[in-house]
Amino acid sequence: MVVKGKIKSGEYFDSVTLMIVAKQINEITGITDAAVVMNTAENRSILESSGLLISDFDDAKGSDLLICVNAENDEIAEEAMLKVDEILEEVRHEISDIEDFLPKSLETALNTMPNANLVLISVTGKYAANEAMKALKKGLHVMIFSDNVFIEDEVKLKKYAHKKELLVMGPDCGTAIINGVPLAFANVVNRGNIGIVAASGTGLQEISSIISNNGAGISQAIGTGGRDVKKEVGGIMFLAALDALTMDKNTEIIVLVSKPPAKEVLKKILGKVEDIHKLVIAIFLGVDEKLFDGSKAIPAKTLEEAALMAVSLAQKRGKISFQEMLEKRYEKIREIAQKEVKTKTGTQRYLRGLFCGGTLCEEALIIFQDNLTDVYSNMSSKEKFQLKDPLQSIKNTLIDMGADEFTVGRPHPMIDYSLRNRRILKEAEDPEVAVILFDVVLGFGSNMDPAKELTPTIEQAEKIAQKAGRELTFVCSITGTDLDPQNKKDVEKKLKGAGVFVMESNAAACELSGLIIEILSEKFGEKENSNGKK
Amino acid sequence: MAKNNLFDENLKVINIGLSSFKDSIEEVDAEVVQVDWKPPAEIDEKIIKIIADKSSYIKNENEKCLKNILSGTPFLVDLDIAINVIPGMKKNMILHAGPPITWDRMCGPMRGAIIGSLIYEGMAENPEQAEKLAASDKIEYSPCHEHSTVGPMAGIVSPSMPVFILKNEEYGNHAYCTLNEGLGKVLRYGAFSKEVITKLKWMETVLYPALKRAVKELVKIDLKNIIAQALHMGDEVHNRNRAATSLLYRTIAPAVIKTNDTEVAIKVLEFINGNDHFFLNLSMPACKVTLDAARNIKGSSVVVAMTRNGTDFGLQLSGTGDQWFVGQAPIPDALFFPGYTKDDANRDIGDSSITETNGLGGFAIAASPAIVQFIGGAAQDALNYTREMYEISAGENNIYQIPSLNFRGSPTGIDVVKVVEKAILPFIDTGVAHKNAGVGQVGAGVLSAPMEPFIKAVQGFAKSLEKNK
Repeated sequence: MVVKGKIKSGEYFDSVTLMIVAKQINEITGITDAAVVMNTAENRSILESSGLLISDFDDAKGSDLLICVNAENDEIAEEAMLKVDEILEEVRHEISDIEDFLPKSLETALNTMPNANLVLISVTGKYAANEAMKALKKGLHVMIFSDNVFIEDEVKLKKYAHKKELLVMGPDCGTAIINGVPLAFANVVNRGNIGIVAASGTGLQEISSIISNNGAGISQAIGTGGRDVKKEVGGIMFLAALDALTMDKNTEIIVLVSKPPAKEVLKKILGKVEDIHKLVIAIFLGVDEKLFDGSKAIPAKTLEEAALMAVSLAQKRGKISFQEMLEKRYEKIREIAQKEVKTKTGTQRYLRGLFCGGTLCEEALIIFQDNLTDVYSNMSSKEKFQLKDPLQSIKNTLIDMGADEFTVGRPHPMIDYSLRNRRILKEAEDPEVAVILFDVVLGFGSNMDPAKELTPTIEQAEKIAQKAGRELTFVCSITGTDLDPQNKKDVEKKLKGAGVFVMESNAAACELSGLIIEILSEKFGEKENSNGKK
Repeated sequence: MAKNNLFDENLKVINIGLSSFKDSIEEVDAEVVQVDWKPPAEIDEKIIKIIADKSSYIKNENEKCLKNILSGTPFLVDLDIAINVIPGMKKNMILHAGPPITWDRMCGPMRGAIIGSLIYEGMAENPEQAEKLAASDKIEYSPCHEHSTVGPMAGIVSPSMPVFILKNEEYGNHAYCTLNEGLGKVLRYGAFSKEVITKLKWMETVLYPALKRAVKELVKIDLKNIIAQALHMGDEVHNRNRAATSLLYRTIAPAVIKTNDTEVAIKVLEFINGNDHFFLNLSMPACKVTLDAARNIKGSSVVVAMTRNGTDFGLQLSGTGDQWFVGQAPIPDALFFPGYTKDDANRDIGDSSITETNGLGGFAIAASPAIVQFIGGAAQDALNYTREMYEISAGENNIYQIPSLNFRGSPTGIDVVKVVEKAILPFIDTGVAHKNAGVGQVGAGVLSAPMEPFIKAVQGFAKSLEKNK
C-alpha cells in the first residue's frame, strides 16, 4: 500500500464537485481511499483522520487543491491522480446533454400549453377514467386509447362530457383523425369533405384510407369506442359526434361505421339521421338492411362500398358511379380465381383468414356468410361456428388475432407479427388449405416494416406446401395510404414480389378468396368429413 | 367550449401515456405536449372517493392555509436559555428532532447527542453515566416540533442551551432554535467528545450573551428579507447558507461590535464568519414560525411539519391537528467524506426538512446552482427538481423566488393528496450522520421522502374529513 498525493495551485472547485471526483476515484480497482479537497483546516483534519495527510501537504497554501490516494502500488496511484486531472477537466468543460422538463400531470401540462383542446390518454385502463375526468373538468375533449375501463366509468364520463358539450372518444378507441391530425393508430389521409363517425377502429382506418386512395378526403374521423353503441352507453358519443359533424361546415358527407349497434341505439341513430340535411352513408356490419327501409341513411354492404359511395358523392358523381368499376374488377377477380383453382390438389378445399383488424375479420365473416358454408371463427356469433380452440382451424376459418386470447401480455398483431407468422406456417402444413387470407394495417402506431415481417414467412409457407406437392394462394389487402410512414405502394410491391395477391380492399380480398373456395367446391364436389376433423 | 369550436381551432394535444403517439402527432406538425405520467400510489378507492367528493372544499381550505404561510413574517427578536422560554420545557426534558421516539428506538447519532447534552448539562460526568441516565425514566423526551422548536440533525435541545427566539409578527406566534455549532465534530451529528462540550459551553457563556446584546440593539432582524435575498444569491437555505450567513453577518456585525468588548466581538464575528451554516439555525425556525401559523385549518391537506428522527420519518398536516403520520426514514445515498461509504450512513435525520415544507431547501434547489453536484451535476437537473415540486405544492411563494425560473415563486405548501395522486415525493436536501454515536457527519446529499407516511397522512386526512361531516 502506498499513500501518494499532489498539490494543484490556482484551481478552485466547490466541495461537492470534489466529493464526486473522489467518489469516482474510489471506484478504481486498487484504490482503497481517495481524497480531493481544498486545503482548509477542516479538510486537513479529515485527511489526517483517514491517514491521507502526507508531508507533501505541509507547505500547501490556503487556496490549493489537495489530491491524495491510498493505492495498491505506485502505478495505480499515479494513474488515479491523472484520472483526477481528467475528471476535473471534464467538469470544467461539461456540456450537459439536457433533456427538457416534461410535466408530470395534466395540470402542469396545461401551464405549458394553456390552450390545449384535446387530451389523448393511453395509460393503463385502471387509471384512464380518472385522467379523463380531470381533462373533462378542465373543459378538454378526450380520446381514451386505453381499454379495460369499467363500463360504468365510461357511462359517467360520457354523460358528463355530453353536458359540457365535449367529446369522449373511447375507451378502447384505437384511432381518430381530428383537424387532419392522426391520433393513435391512424393513417395519413387527404383532407376533404367526408366526415366519419366510427364505433370500430379498423373500420375507420379502412374507410378513411380507401376514401383518400380514391382521390377524396376526410374532414373529421371521430372514433367512439366499440361499446358506445351498446345498450349500456346508449350511443351517447356516436350521436354527439353525428351532431358535431352535422354542424361542421367542412363536412358535407357523413359515413357511419359500426359493428351491429344495440337495437334501441340503432333506432336513435337512424332517427337523428332524419333531421340531417347532409348525405349520410351507413355501414353497420351485419345489420339487416331492411332496418334501413324508409330511412334517409344510405346503407352500404362493405366498408369499401361505403367509402367508394362517399367518394362518388363527394365528387358529385352520384352514389353509384363506382359500380361499374366494381363490376370490372369482379371480372378480373374471376380470372385470377379460375387460374388459381387449377393449381390446387383435391384435398385443398378451404381458406384460412388471419386478421389483425377486428372489424376486417367481422366484415369477412359477413361477406362469406352468403356463399360459403362452414365458416368458423373465434368471433362468430353463431354458436355452431365458434371455434372451440382458436389455435386450431376447422374448414374455413377466420381468426381475429387481435382478440384478447391472443393479445394478453403481448403487443397487438398490428405491431407484432410473430404470432400470426407462426400461424401462417401452421396453416401451410394443412393439406386442406387452399387460400391464406390476411390483412396488413399501416399507419402510425403499426409495425413500421410489415413486408419485411411477412415475406420470409410467406416464402417459407410456400416451400412447406410445395414440398407436399401443393400450391397455396395468398391474398391480402393493405389498409393504408401512400402518405403513411410505411408507404402503401412500397409494401404492396414487396408483397406482390413474394407472390401475394394484393387487393384494393378487404372486401376485394374476401371476394377473391371466397370465389376460389366456391369454385373448388363446385369442382371437387362436397366430400364432407362427417366429424369435421382432419 | 362548444364542440364545434374544436374543428375550427388548431388541434393542440396533451398526450398522457404512450410517447409514440406524441411522435406521430409531431410528424404532421401539430402541437403536442407529453406528460411524464406515473401511476398514483396504491391507496384504498374509498379514501380517494372521500377526498374527491370534497375536492372543492379541500382546495378552498388549502388556499387559506397557503395564505397563512405566505403572509407569515418571521423576525429574530431575542435570544434566551431554553428552559426560560420554550413552552413546556422541563429541567429533565430533552427535545429531539423528528416525530416522537423512545430511547430504545433512537439511532446512534441521536443517542450520542443526548449523551453529549447530559454531560453538557452536568447531569452526567462521562458517557457511561450519561447513557445509563438517558435510558432511565428520569429523562423525558419530546419532539422539538411539539414545543414550537426545530433542531438540525439530532436536534437535541437541553434545558440550559441558548436559543434564538423568532416571532411571526403577522400572527404573534414564536419559534425557537439552538445556535449552529459549525461543522466537524458537533453535537447535532451525535459527537460528544470533550471539544464538543467545550464549544457548547463557549457558545452558552460567550456567543449567546454577545448575540443577545446585539439583537437587543437591533430590536429585530427581518429573516424573510434575508432569505429572499439569499435565494437570489445562490442559497436554498438548507444545504447552502453561505449567502444568508453573509447577509446576517452584515446586519449584525456593527451591533456586535457596539455592544461587546472588542475581544468578544472578534471571537463572535470570527465564529459566524467561519461557519457557512450559521444561518441554517435561523432559516429553520423562520420556516417553523411561519408554518405553525398555518396549523389547524380543518379541511387542509397541506403539510405543516415534515421531519425525521434518524429512525422514523413523520408528517403533520394542517387539517389533522397534532397527529403524526410516520414511516421508516430512508438512508440517504449521498456524497461521502473520504473514508466513509453508505454503509456508515444513518437513516435520515433532522427537523431541517422544515425548509422544504416551507418551499425552500430541495424545493428551491434551482436557486442554488452551486450545490447541483449533489443531484448529478447539471444545472438543468436542479431546475427540473424544483419544477417537479410545483406538481405537489399548494401554490407558489410570493416573496421567495427562483431567479433561474424567471423569478417564479418557489413551490410552497406540500399537499399530501397531490403527493399520493401523482406519486411524486418531496425532494429533500440533507446532511448525513454516521450511524454510530460520537462520529459525526460523514456526507451530504439529497433524497426523496418515503411514500409510507404520505399514504398514512392521506388516510388520516380522509378520516378527519368524515368526522367533520
